[in-house]
Amino acid sequence: MTSRHLALALFLALASAPSAWADARGQAKEQVEFGIQVAQRGLWKEAIYRWERAAQIDPTYAAAFNNLAVAYEHEGQLAKARAAYDKALALDPGNALVRQNYDLFKEINDRVAQKDGR
Amino acid sequence: MTAWLRKTGASLTLMLVAWLAACSSYTEIPIETPIQPKLDTSAFQRIFIAGFIAGENEDVDANMETVRLLRSQLRNKGLMRVVDADTLPLLEVAKRASGDDDAPPVPDQQAAPAPQDPAKVVINDEKDLEQYQHVFANVAYWKRIGEEYQQPLIVTGAVLFAPQQRSGFVQREQESYDSFGRRMVVPVRTYMERKGFVLRPTFIFIDGRTGETLHTETFREEILYNATQQTPALSSYFELMDRLLPAFLNTLSAQKIKGTRTLLR
Repeated sequence: MTSRHLALALFLALASAPSAWADARGQAKEQVEFGIQVAQRGLWKEAIYRWERAAQIDPTYAAAFNNLAVAYEHEGQLAKARAAYDKALALDPGNALVRQNYDLFKEINDRVAQKDGR
Repeated sequence: MTAWLRKTGASLTLMLVAWLAACSSYTEIPIETPIQPKLDTSAFQRIFIAGFIAGENEDVDANMETVRLLRSQLRNKGLMRVVDADTLPLLEVAKRASGDDDAPPVPDQQAAPAPQDPAKVVINDEKDLEQYQHVFANVAYWKRIGEEYQQPLIVTGAVLFAPQQRSGFVQREQESYDSFGRRMVVPVRTYMERKGFVLRPTFIFIDGRTGETLHTETFREEILYNATQQTPALSSYFELMDRLLPAFLNTLSAQKIKGTRTLLR
Protein backbone atom coordinates (compact mmCIF):
# COMPACT_ATOMS: atom_id res chain seq x y z
CA MET A 1 0.00 0.00 0.00
CA THR A 2 2.73 2.39 1.04
CA SER A 3 4.80 1.63 -2.01
CA ARG A 4 1.77 2.16 -4.21
CA HIS A 5 1.19 5.54 -2.59
CA LEU A 6 4.80 6.43 -3.05
CA ALA A 7 4.71 5.47 -6.72
CA LEU A 8 1.59 7.54 -7.21
CA ALA A 9 3.12 10.55 -5.48
CA LEU A 10 6.24 10.21 -7.60
CA PHE A 11 4.18 9.95 -10.76
CA LEU A 12 2.16 13.04 -9.84
CA ALA A 13 5.30 14.97 -8.99
CA LEU A 14 6.94 14.03 -12.29
CA ALA A 15 3.77 14.77 -14.24
CA SER A 16 3.33 18.19 -12.68
CA ALA A 17 7.01 19.22 -12.96
CA PRO A 18 6.88 20.33 -16.60
CA SER A 19 3.75 22.38 -16.02
CA ALA A 20 5.29 24.01 -12.93
CA TRP A 21 8.36 24.80 -15.00
CA ALA A 22 6.17 26.18 -17.76
CA ASP A 23 4.33 28.32 -15.20
CA ALA A 24 7.60 29.70 -13.84
CA ARG A 25 8.89 30.39 -17.33
CA GLY A 26 5.60 32.06 -18.26
CA GLN A 27 5.72 34.34 -15.21
CA ALA A 28 9.39 35.11 -15.81
CA LYS A 29 8.64 35.95 -19.43
CA GLU A 30 5.97 38.40 -18.34
CA GLN A 31 8.48 40.14 -16.07
CA VAL A 32 11.11 40.18 -18.84
CA GLU A 33 8.65 41.63 -21.35
CA PHE A 34 7.55 44.33 -18.92
CA GLY A 35 11.22 45.07 -18.17
CA ILE A 36 11.91 45.56 -21.87
CA GLN A 37 9.01 47.97 -22.20
CA VAL A 38 10.12 50.14 -19.27
CA ALA A 39 13.77 50.03 -20.34
CA GLN A 40 12.72 51.36 -23.74
CA ARG A 41 11.14 54.29 -21.89
CA GLY A 42 14.37 54.89 -19.98
CA LEU A 43 13.13 53.49 -16.66
CA TRP A 44 16.16 51.31 -16.05
CA LYS A 45 15.74 50.94 -12.28
CA GLU A 46 12.27 49.48 -12.79
CA ALA A 47 13.66 47.26 -15.56
CA ILE A 48 16.33 45.94 -13.19
CA TYR A 49 13.64 45.14 -10.61
CA ARG A 50 11.59 43.25 -13.20
CA TRP A 51 14.52 41.27 -14.56
CA GLU A 52 15.74 40.42 -11.07
CA ARG A 53 12.26 39.11 -10.33
CA ALA A 54 12.35 37.08 -13.55
CA ALA A 55 15.71 35.60 -12.60
CA GLN A 56 14.34 34.68 -9.17
CA ILE A 57 11.22 33.08 -10.60
CA ASP A 58 13.14 31.11 -13.21
CA PRO A 59 16.88 30.89 -12.47
CA THR A 60 17.42 28.97 -15.74
CA TYR A 61 16.12 31.79 -17.95
CA ALA A 62 19.18 33.12 -19.77
CA ALA A 63 17.32 36.09 -21.28
CA ALA A 64 16.59 37.50 -17.81
CA PHE A 65 20.28 37.42 -16.90
CA ASN A 66 21.32 38.88 -20.25
CA ASN A 67 18.91 41.78 -19.84
CA LEU A 68 19.98 42.31 -16.25
CA ALA A 69 23.60 42.50 -17.42
CA VAL A 70 22.69 45.15 -20.00
CA ALA A 71 20.85 47.17 -17.35
CA TYR A 72 23.74 46.94 -14.90
CA GLU A 73 26.05 48.13 -17.68
CA HIS A 74 23.81 51.11 -18.27
CA GLU A 75 23.93 51.89 -14.54
CA GLY A 76 27.73 51.61 -14.45
CA GLN A 77 27.66 48.55 -12.18
CA LEU A 78 30.27 46.68 -14.17
CA ALA A 79 31.04 43.90 -11.67
CA LYS A 80 27.36 42.99 -11.45
CA ALA A 81 27.06 43.17 -15.23
CA ARG A 82 29.94 40.73 -15.67
CA ALA A 83 28.40 38.27 -13.19
CA ALA A 84 25.05 38.44 -14.97
CA TYR A 85 26.64 37.93 -18.41
CA ASP A 86 28.61 34.98 -17.04
CA LYS A 87 25.39 33.45 -15.75
CA ALA A 88 23.56 34.06 -19.05
CA LEU A 89 26.38 32.47 -21.02
CA ALA A 90 26.56 29.51 -18.64
CA LEU A 91 22.83 28.93 -19.17
CA ASP A 92 22.91 29.45 -22.93
CA PRO A 93 26.51 29.09 -24.17
CA GLY A 94 25.56 29.00 -27.83
CA ASN A 95 23.59 32.24 -27.84
CA ALA A 96 25.36 34.55 -30.28
CA LEU A 97 23.44 37.64 -29.12
CA VAL A 98 24.51 37.19 -25.49
CA ARG A 99 28.08 36.59 -26.67
CA GLN A 100 27.98 39.75 -28.77
CA ASN A 101 26.70 41.80 -25.80
CA TYR A 102 29.40 40.30 -23.62
CA ASP A 103 32.16 41.10 -26.11
CA LEU A 104 31.02 44.72 -26.30
CA PHE A 105 30.84 44.90 -22.52
CA LYS A 106 34.33 43.44 -22.20
CA GLU A 107 35.79 46.21 -24.34
CA ILE A 108 34.55 48.80 -21.87
CA ASN A 109 35.32 46.74 -18.81
CA ASP A 110 38.88 46.03 -19.95
CA ARG A 111 39.43 49.73 -20.59
CA VAL A 112 38.30 50.59 -17.07
CA ALA A 113 40.37 47.78 -15.59
CA GLN A 114 43.44 48.98 -17.49
CA LYS A 115 42.79 52.51 -16.27
CA ASP A 116 42.58 51.30 -12.70
CA GLY A 117 45.81 49.35 -13.11
CA ARG A 118 43.98 46.16 -12.26
CA MET B 1 -11.74 51.31 -54.66
CA THR B 2 -8.08 50.91 -55.64
CA ALA B 3 -7.12 53.68 -53.18
CA TRP B 4 -9.11 51.96 -50.43
CA LEU B 5 -7.35 48.67 -51.20
CA ARG B 6 -3.96 50.36 -51.18
CA LYS B 7 -4.73 52.06 -47.86
CA THR B 8 -5.94 48.83 -46.30
CA GLY B 9 -2.90 46.99 -47.64
CA ALA B 10 -0.55 49.57 -46.14
CA SER B 11 -2.31 49.39 -42.77
CA LEU B 12 -2.13 45.62 -42.78
CA THR B 13 1.56 45.72 -43.64
CA LEU B 14 2.20 48.14 -40.76
CA MET B 15 0.25 45.94 -38.38
CA LEU B 16 2.17 42.91 -39.56
CA VAL B 17 5.50 44.67 -39.03
CA ALA B 18 4.42 45.76 -35.54
CA TRP B 19 3.22 42.25 -34.73
CA LEU B 20 6.46 40.71 -36.00
CA ALA B 21 8.49 43.18 -33.94
CA ALA B 22 6.50 42.24 -30.83
CA CYS B 23 6.94 38.56 -31.55
CA SER B 24 10.64 38.85 -32.27
CA SER B 25 12.80 37.19 -29.64
CA TYR B 26 15.11 40.16 -29.25
CA THR B 27 15.21 43.92 -29.37
CA GLU B 28 18.07 46.37 -29.66
CA ILE B 29 18.43 49.18 -27.17
CA PRO B 30 20.87 52.09 -26.88
CA ILE B 31 22.78 52.31 -23.61
CA GLU B 32 25.20 54.77 -22.03
CA THR B 33 27.71 53.26 -19.65
CA PRO B 34 29.01 55.78 -17.11
CA ILE B 35 32.71 55.48 -16.35
CA GLN B 36 33.93 57.13 -13.17
CA PRO B 37 36.97 59.44 -13.37
CA LYS B 38 40.28 58.09 -12.20
CA LEU B 39 41.28 61.24 -10.36
CA ASP B 40 39.32 63.18 -7.79
CA THR B 41 39.83 66.72 -9.03
CA SER B 42 37.38 68.38 -6.64
CA ALA B 43 40.25 70.10 -4.79
CA PHE B 44 41.36 71.93 -7.94
CA GLN B 45 39.74 74.88 -9.58
CA ARG B 46 42.43 75.35 -12.19
CA ILE B 47 44.36 73.11 -14.50
CA PHE B 48 47.70 73.96 -16.05
CA ILE B 49 48.88 72.05 -19.10
CA ALA B 50 52.51 72.83 -18.41
CA GLY B 51 54.16 71.30 -21.45
CA PHE B 52 55.73 68.04 -22.48
CA ILE B 53 59.14 66.69 -23.20
CA ALA B 54 59.08 65.84 -26.87
CA GLY B 55 61.65 65.30 -29.55
CA GLU B 56 62.13 67.68 -32.39
CA ASN B 57 60.18 66.65 -35.41
CA GLU B 58 60.46 68.56 -38.67
CA ASP B 59 56.73 68.47 -39.30
CA VAL B 60 55.10 68.36 -35.88
CA ASP B 61 56.02 70.12 -32.67
CA ALA B 62 54.51 67.43 -30.46
CA ASN B 63 54.92 69.54 -27.33
CA MET B 64 53.10 72.60 -28.63
CA GLU B 65 50.44 70.67 -30.49
CA THR B 66 49.65 68.52 -27.46
CA VAL B 67 49.46 71.56 -25.18
CA ARG B 68 47.16 73.37 -27.61
CA LEU B 69 44.94 70.36 -28.14
CA LEU B 70 44.54 69.47 -24.46
CA ARG B 71 43.91 73.07 -23.44
CA SER B 72 41.20 73.49 -26.06
CA GLN B 73 39.58 70.16 -25.15
CA LEU B 74 39.53 71.06 -21.47
CA ARG B 75 38.14 74.52 -22.21
CA ASN B 76 35.35 72.96 -24.26
CA LYS B 77 34.54 70.55 -21.45
CA GLY B 78 34.56 73.36 -18.88
CA LEU B 79 35.81 71.02 -16.18
CA MET B 80 38.21 73.48 -14.57
CA ARG B 81 39.62 76.86 -15.41
CA VAL B 82 42.45 76.32 -17.87
CA VAL B 83 45.56 78.35 -17.04
CA ASP B 84 46.62 80.22 -20.15
CA ALA B 85 50.36 80.61 -19.68
CA ASP B 86 53.52 79.90 -21.64
CA THR B 87 54.60 76.29 -21.63
CA LEU B 88 57.52 75.39 -19.40
CA PRO B 89 60.90 74.80 -21.07
CA LEU B 90 61.10 71.31 -19.62
CA LEU B 91 64.00 70.11 -21.74
CA GLU B 92 66.14 72.98 -20.59
CA VAL B 93 65.01 72.58 -17.01
CA ALA B 94 65.92 68.92 -17.15
CA LYS B 95 69.36 69.69 -18.52
CA ARG B 96 70.29 72.46 -16.11
CA ALA B 97 72.90 71.87 -13.43
CA SER B 98 71.56 70.62 -10.13
CA GLY B 99 73.17 73.54 -8.22
CA ASP B 100 70.74 76.02 -9.77
CA ASP B 101 67.77 76.87 -7.53
CA ASP B 102 65.38 76.88 -10.48
CA ALA B 103 66.43 73.54 -11.77
CA PRO B 104 65.58 70.11 -10.52
CA PRO B 105 68.48 67.95 -9.41
CA VAL B 106 69.68 65.39 -11.90
CA PRO B 107 69.95 62.19 -9.88
CA ASP B 108 71.85 59.97 -12.25
CA GLN B 109 73.88 62.07 -14.62
CA GLN B 110 76.59 59.46 -14.95
CA ALA B 111 74.22 56.83 -16.18
CA ALA B 112 72.20 59.04 -18.44
CA PRO B 113 74.01 62.16 -19.58
CA ALA B 114 71.78 64.74 -21.21
CA PRO B 115 72.81 66.14 -24.59
CA GLN B 116 74.89 69.32 -24.36
CA ASP B 117 73.34 71.37 -27.13
CA PRO B 118 69.71 72.28 -26.32
CA ALA B 119 69.07 73.14 -29.94
CA LYS B 120 69.81 69.60 -31.09
CA VAL B 121 67.61 67.32 -29.10
CA VAL B 122 66.98 64.01 -30.72
CA ILE B 123 64.25 61.88 -29.20
CA ASN B 124 63.44 58.92 -31.36
CA ASP B 125 62.35 56.35 -28.85
CA GLU B 126 61.50 55.65 -25.24
CA LYS B 127 65.18 55.32 -24.32
CA ASP B 128 65.91 58.84 -25.51
CA LEU B 129 63.08 60.11 -23.33
CA GLU B 130 64.26 58.32 -20.22
CA GLN B 131 67.13 60.71 -19.53
CA TYR B 132 64.65 63.54 -18.96
CA GLN B 133 62.18 61.70 -16.78
CA HIS B 134 63.75 62.90 -13.52
CA VAL B 135 62.26 66.36 -13.99
CA PHE B 136 58.80 65.03 -13.19
CA ALA B 137 59.90 63.72 -9.81
CA ASN B 138 61.22 67.07 -8.61
CA VAL B 139 58.63 67.93 -5.99
CA ALA B 140 60.14 71.32 -5.06
CA TYR B 141 60.15 72.48 -8.66
CA TRP B 142 56.53 71.56 -9.27
CA LYS B 143 55.42 72.99 -5.94
CA ARG B 144 56.97 76.30 -6.93
CA ILE B 145 55.22 76.17 -10.32
CA GLY B 146 52.00 75.42 -8.45
CA GLU B 147 52.44 78.47 -6.22
CA GLU B 148 53.03 80.62 -9.28
CA TYR B 149 49.74 79.57 -10.89
CA GLN B 150 47.49 79.42 -7.81
CA GLN B 151 47.93 75.75 -7.05
CA PRO B 152 46.38 74.13 -10.09
CA LEU B 153 46.33 70.53 -11.15
CA ILE B 154 49.42 70.36 -13.36
CA VAL B 155 49.51 68.14 -16.42
CA THR B 156 52.88 67.38 -17.91
CA GLY B 157 54.76 64.37 -19.25
CA ALA B 158 56.43 63.24 -22.42
CA VAL B 159 55.18 62.83 -25.96
CA LEU B 160 56.91 60.60 -28.43
CA PHE B 161 55.71 61.06 -31.98
CA ALA B 162 57.92 59.27 -34.43
CA PRO B 163 57.75 57.89 -37.94
CA GLN B 164 57.85 54.14 -38.35
CA GLN B 165 58.16 51.68 -41.18
CA ARG B 166 57.03 48.11 -41.27
CA SER B 167 56.83 45.42 -43.86
CA GLY B 168 55.03 42.13 -43.84
CA PHE B 169 51.97 40.27 -45.00
CA VAL B 170 48.66 42.06 -44.73
CA GLN B 171 45.19 40.86 -45.59
CA ARG B 172 43.17 43.00 -47.96
CA GLU B 173 40.01 42.52 -49.95
CA GLN B 174 40.25 42.08 -53.70
CA GLU B 175 37.34 42.62 -56.04
CA SER B 176 36.77 40.15 -58.87
CA TYR B 177 33.99 39.12 -61.27
CA ASP B 178 32.95 35.58 -62.11
CA SER B 179 31.92 34.28 -65.55
CA PHE B 180 28.36 35.53 -64.95
CA GLY B 181 29.61 39.03 -64.25
CA ARG B 182 28.84 38.83 -60.56
CA ARG B 183 31.01 40.90 -58.27
CA MET B 184 32.93 39.02 -55.60
CA VAL B 185 35.23 40.21 -52.85
CA VAL B 186 37.89 37.77 -51.74
CA PRO B 187 40.49 38.22 -49.00
CA VAL B 188 44.04 38.21 -50.34
CA ARG B 189 47.28 38.17 -48.35
CA THR B 190 49.96 40.36 -49.84
CA TYR B 191 53.40 41.49 -48.79
CA MET B 192 53.44 45.24 -48.24
CA GLU B 193 55.85 47.94 -47.27
CA ARG B 194 54.03 50.29 -44.94
CA LYS B 195 54.96 53.47 -43.19
CA GLY B 196 53.26 55.62 -40.64
CA PHE B 197 53.64 57.06 -37.19
CA VAL B 198 53.63 55.99 -33.59
CA LEU B 199 52.36 58.24 -30.81
CA ARG B 200 53.28 57.39 -27.25
CA PRO B 201 52.30 60.07 -24.76
CA THR B 202 52.79 59.79 -21.02
CA PHE B 203 50.54 62.12 -19.07
CA ILE B 204 51.67 62.98 -15.55
CA PHE B 205 49.19 64.68 -13.22
CA ILE B 206 50.88 66.68 -10.48
CA ASP B 207 49.30 68.26 -7.42
CA GLY B 208 50.18 71.97 -7.66
CA ARG B 209 49.82 72.32 -3.87
CA THR B 210 52.42 69.72 -2.97
CA GLY B 211 54.37 69.13 -6.20
CA GLU B 212 53.71 65.41 -5.93
CA THR B 213 52.65 63.15 -8.76
CA LEU B 214 49.05 62.05 -8.38
CA HIS B 215 48.67 59.87 -11.41
CA THR B 216 50.56 58.73 -14.50
CA GLU B 217 49.11 57.31 -17.67
CA THR B 218 50.84 56.09 -20.79
CA PHE B 219 49.14 55.44 -24.10
CA ARG B 220 50.36 54.03 -27.37
CA GLU B 221 48.70 54.43 -30.72
CA GLU B 222 50.07 53.79 -34.16
CA ILE B 223 48.95 54.20 -37.72
CA LEU B 224 50.33 52.63 -40.87
CA TYR B 225 49.73 53.52 -44.49
CA ASN B 226 50.70 52.04 -47.81
CA ALA B 227 54.29 53.16 -48.49
CA THR B 228 53.19 55.06 -51.60
CA GLN B 229 50.59 57.07 -49.72
CA GLN B 230 51.62 60.56 -48.69
CA THR B 231 49.91 61.49 -45.44
CA PRO B 232 50.98 64.67 -43.64
CA ALA B 233 52.53 64.01 -40.24
CA LEU B 234 50.28 66.59 -38.58
CA SER B 235 47.08 64.91 -39.73
CA SER B 236 48.40 61.55 -38.50
CA TYR B 237 49.24 63.17 -35.17
CA PHE B 238 45.67 64.48 -34.78
CA GLU B 239 44.18 61.18 -35.87
CA LEU B 240 46.17 59.34 -33.21
CA MET B 241 45.45 61.92 -30.51
CA ASP B 242 41.77 61.71 -31.37
CA ARG B 243 41.82 58.03 -30.44
CA LEU B 244 43.22 58.56 -26.97
CA LEU B 245 41.57 61.84 -25.99
CA PRO B 246 38.47 60.19 -24.46
CA ALA B 247 40.71 58.15 -22.17
CA PHE B 248 42.68 61.26 -21.20
CA LEU B 249 39.50 63.20 -20.43
CA ASN B 250 38.12 60.27 -18.47
CA THR B 251 40.99 60.66 -16.03
CA LEU B 252 39.52 64.01 -15.03
CA SER B 253 35.79 63.59 -15.49
CA ALA B 254 33.12 60.95 -15.70
CA GLN B 255 32.31 59.87 -19.20
CA LYS B 256 29.47 58.03 -20.80
CA ILE B 257 30.26 55.45 -23.40
CA LYS B 258 27.43 55.09 -25.87
CA GLY B 259 26.61 51.71 -27.35
CA THR B 260 23.86 49.34 -28.39
CA ARG B 261 22.94 46.06 -26.72
CA THR B 262 20.43 43.34 -27.42
CA LEU B 263 17.66 42.54 -24.97
CA LEU B 264 16.23 39.03 -25.15
CA ARG B 265 12.72 37.78 -24.55
